[in-house]
Amino acid sequence: MQRYANPGRFLRLADAILPWAAGLAAALILLGLYLGLIKSPADYQQGDSVRIMYVHVPAAWMALFCYLTIAAASFVALVWRHPLAHLVAKAASPVGAGFTFVALVTGSLWGKPTWGTWWVWDGRLTSVLVLFFLYLGHIALFTAFDDPRRGQKAAAILALVGVVNLPIIKFSVDWWSTLHQPASVFRLDGPTIHPDLLWPLLVMGLGFMAYFLAVLLVRVKDEVLSARLRALALVQAGV
Amino acid sequence: MNGLADFLAMGGYAAYVWPAMGLTVAVLIGFVVTSLRRLRRTRRQLAALEAARQSTRARRKAAEGKP
Repeated sequence: MQRYANPGRFLRLADAILPWAAGLAAALILLGLYLGLIKSPADYQQGDSVRIMYVHVPAAWMALFCYLTIAAASFVALVWRHPLAHLVAKAASPVGAGFTFVALVTGSLWGKPTWGTWWVWDGRLTSVLVLFFLYLGHIALFTAFDDPRRGQKAAAILALVGVVNLPIIKFSVDWWSTLHQPASVFRLDGPTIHPDLLWPLLVMGLGFMAYFLAVLLVRVKDEVLSARLRALALVQAGV
Repeated sequence: MNGLADFLAMGGYAAYVWPAMGLTVAVLIGFVVTSLRRLRRTRRQLAALEAARQSTRARRKAAEGKP
């Protein structure tokens, strides 16, 4: 119980950041939708189907970013045994799975009119599907043991092992050039996408980041209070 | 009016663009709603448990003070 005796500082910090992150997320996502759906031009080849990009690509970025957050938190949890770190990993995982699911389904909806198929076992698609299953495994491990600490540890180890999948996802488009196009934003020689299409994409990406921060703070708060609740319930049962 | 119809038609790609937008927005809103609801439930349970502890403690103190 003493391990959770000092989350007060985190809770105060979270309460201070939360309204700003939530406000920024709502404003940027609404602006991104406006720019992406109304303001930006249709692609000369893909027509209006290109607008799917404004949710597909940021969702895919977040699928990777959430996983990086989980991996970093797991590392901190295992090495320094910081009690909050496991809670961050646990809180982030379903959100990451949600972004990965959105990236997969919107990619499929974009692939049908553009490639003529909903799905192919292309390197990028397959490695992102593996990422989705990694998230599901990570979520499941937390509740797989009677002792929650064993579940936390197992989940953290899975998260760290799964990091090998991230460079595979990133470079899959170069290693196996089957259907998915290569990187066009994060390139050493700069983006190869027109600014009219790049701006809505970046606004949406930042909006998703702020959204993730806001939702993560709420979820970590819930984890902190849940841990306190379990500890109190144990004390109460012992009386 | 025609502008709105054109917008909704998405140049013939409505069947792909709108489900993609709808799913994304639904997932985003879904996580906000479920996360806030869980936090509220945990807060309520915690408050109830803390109140129960307070009353147990008060009762014990009263019992100790009696003799």
